[in-house]
Amino acid sequence: MIFAVVSLSAIGLISAVVLYLIAQKFKVVEDPRIGTVEESLPAANCGGCGFAGCRNFAEALVKKADDEKSLEGLNCPVGGAEVMKKVAAVLELEAVETEPMIAVVRCQGSYNNAPSKVRYEGAATCAFAHNLYAGTSGCAYGCLGLGDCVAACIFDAIHMDPETGLPVVNDKCTACGACVKACPRNIIELRFKGKKDRRIYVGCVNKEKGGPARKNCTVACIGCGKCVEACAYEAITLVDNLAYIDFVKCRLCRKCAPVCPTDAILEINFPLKKDKEAEPAGGKKATVETSTDSSPADADKKAPAEGDGLIISENK
Amino acid sequence: MCALKTFRNGGVHPPENKLSVTSAIEVFPVPRQAVIPVNQNLGAPATPLVNKGEAVKVGQLIAKGESFISSNVHSSVSGKVLKIDEMIDQTGFRKKAIVISVDGDEWDPSIDRSPMLKKEITLSKEDIVKKIHEMGIVGLGGATFPSHVKLMVPEGKKPEYLIINGVECEPYLTADHRLMLEKTAEIIVGVRILMKGLGVEKAIIGIENNKPDAIRKMAEAASEYPQILVQGLKVKYPQGGEKQLINALLGREVPSGKLPIEVGCLVNNVGTAFAVYEAVQKNKPLIERIVTVTGKTIARPSNYLVRIGTPVQELLLSAQADLDRTGKVVSGGPMMGKALNSLEVPVVKGTSGVLLFAEEHSSRIQLRACIRCGRCVGVCPMGLEPVLLAQYSARSMWDNAESNLIMDCMECGSCHYTCPSGRPLLDYIRMGKNKVGQNIRNRGKK
Repeated sequence: MIFAVVSLSAIGLISAVVLYLIAQKFKVVEDPRIGTVEESLPAANCGGCGFAGCRNFAEALVKKADDEKSLEGLNCPVGGAEVMKKVAAVLELEAVETEPMIAVVRCQGSYNNAPSKVRYEGAATCAFAHNLYAGTSGCAYGCLGLGDCVAACIFDAIHMDPETGLPVVNDKCTACGACVKACPRNIIELRFKGKKDRRIYVGCVNKEKGGPARKNCTVACIGCGKCVEACAYEAITLVDNLAYIDFVKCRLCRKCAPVCPTDAILEINFPLKKDKEAEPAGGKKATVETSTDSSPADADKKAPAEGDGLIISENK
Repeated sequence: MCALKTFRNGGVHPPENKLSVTSAIEVFPVPRQAVIPVNQNLGAPATPLVNKGEAVKVGQLIAKGESFISSNVHSSVSGKVLKIDEMIDQTGFRKKAIVISVDGDEWDPSIDRSPMLKKEITLSKEDIVKKIHEMGIVGLGGATFPSHVKLMVPEGKKPEYLIINGVECEPYLTADHRLMLEKTAEIIVGVRILMKGLGVEKAIIGIENNKPDAIRKMAEAASEYPQILVQGLKVKYPQGGEKQLINALLGREVPSGKLPIEVGCLVNNVGTAFAVYEAVQKNKPLIERIVTVTGKTIARPSNYLVRIGTPVQELLLSAQADLDRTGKVVSGGPMMGKALNSLEVPVVKGTSGVLLFAEEHSSRIQLRACIRCGRCVGVCPMGLEPVLLAQYSARSMWDNAESNLIMDCMECGSCHYTCPSGRPLLDYIRMGKNKVGQNIRNRGKK
């Protein structure tokens, strides 16, 4: 009996010593702040910050804080300013203010604006359809409407609108950029969310000349350059027949949108302009719809009736 | 002629529907305006040599293929260059093309237009390859790979057989069949030119057994030359794939990721052999080709000799197509062809046929869940597992797709054709091939 107690205690003691020594030898020293920082992060592991997950981001934050004593350039798009403030508090640094961003869909090729000329019934993924053909409307730059962006979003922030066939971003968007990467046509862009959610951007990415672009879509940017002239802040550039509004330079003055002849420039969440004529005051939507119903361009499109109803797919 | 041969793995046998087989080749009138894309071959586009407003003759070189895998483009009509602009191609994307407004039909005087058969081959081996390069000949079977590149055998490889593809395994298409019937002697001369250009002693012409008249005629014409053998083949799709054809004729298997030259073979289409004859013997560039215009909604299924650049719409009008009942217009055959986005697209070097489907036949069958029946695996002529590759692609598992040899897929569509659940297997595999191909190229750069 005593023999058993002694021998077991001896084994226990020796094991404890061995384990202790091994633990000392292979000890990984970890900054306890990494854990604390990680706890204040949203744990979405979305990769929007540019790191593989929240843990990696926390490590990068602590490293940067130690090395450079600043958090500049590192931002959690999901948590935004609030989370970054918490992180800064843990690391005893000033938080760097970053403008909140949101994904915007730069295409207005809805069923109304860009009527379908062909039918597509291949695999329901934009990545494949983009390699196969230009698109149901004929626009080789516009939204294919098969929802790769919706599938890529882990925040339930982007959905297809069944009425227009275009994706719509809601306020759950954290600007992680997953949809931007998923879109094979680079239609989605991350832009400043803007004060009171107000944004102005060109809702078109078509680089064709005006004529061909308009033939497929009534609200295509035709590269006329009127908005470039109207802009007082040099925020608009015209490259390859396509206007682009730099969201850093843009002051949301709204001078560009009224001069656009095709209503390609979108104003989001602005109050109606009082002094403007009654007709466009109804907002973009009203203008767009009337122009589609009666526009001669639309009638032209219907003319090659043979083109209607062709199916794009390989065959059986 | 001995017993019928065929390839070992997989294959399907869709209904043949060769509606236009009895229609002799008709010369299609010159169009009013020709749209000639500068990239009509697999590889790099050619650089335009003409300017807006310049007058061109039939057969004049208008765009030069400057990089290694690229081919020359010649004017198929005479007239004035209207513009050099981005024009809609078969997929609906805009690609650079030379638009020529036609005025008369004035040919380049160096082209021999007499119908007389010229049998003696006077050019040397090197000159033949040079001539084929100059005349812009590409593989007319559909892949449009520049023929001169094919004939330049890499160092250390020895070609043994020239294989001529007269299989035409695609349903509906009859362009090669009619060509073999009507231009038999010319094709045989073309085959001899290719043999000389390649430096091989043996040639085999493979023809599927659903064209007994073509087999008979070709064998008769080839009987003069003991080194040319005509071989009948069992009807099975995709026998016209070059790896399948080599397997069927010689029992050899081309290793994964390698070219047929690895097993001492080189495959060319009968259409290419005819184009080579015209280029070498008659000094005529590739400016026209035979196009089958067919389908159940066409009153007059036809085989036309069409100038490159003719709009597809004109072919359909002439063949009396009922466009109201048509649901889908396909360029090429029903298995590998691509549906057209617009009827304004021109006939190019690779257009083997224009096929119309009636509205009721133009939709895919209803999509259902995969029932793991394994039919796609059974019919894959390359011995791949289409169901697996499609799943990997759909889930973005590119490395797995690559290690399961997705790049060996030749997109014949047998898997999709045979799937009882209508799974878009080939769509996903194509997407995967695209992505995996990109990955491989990027790796090469590093």
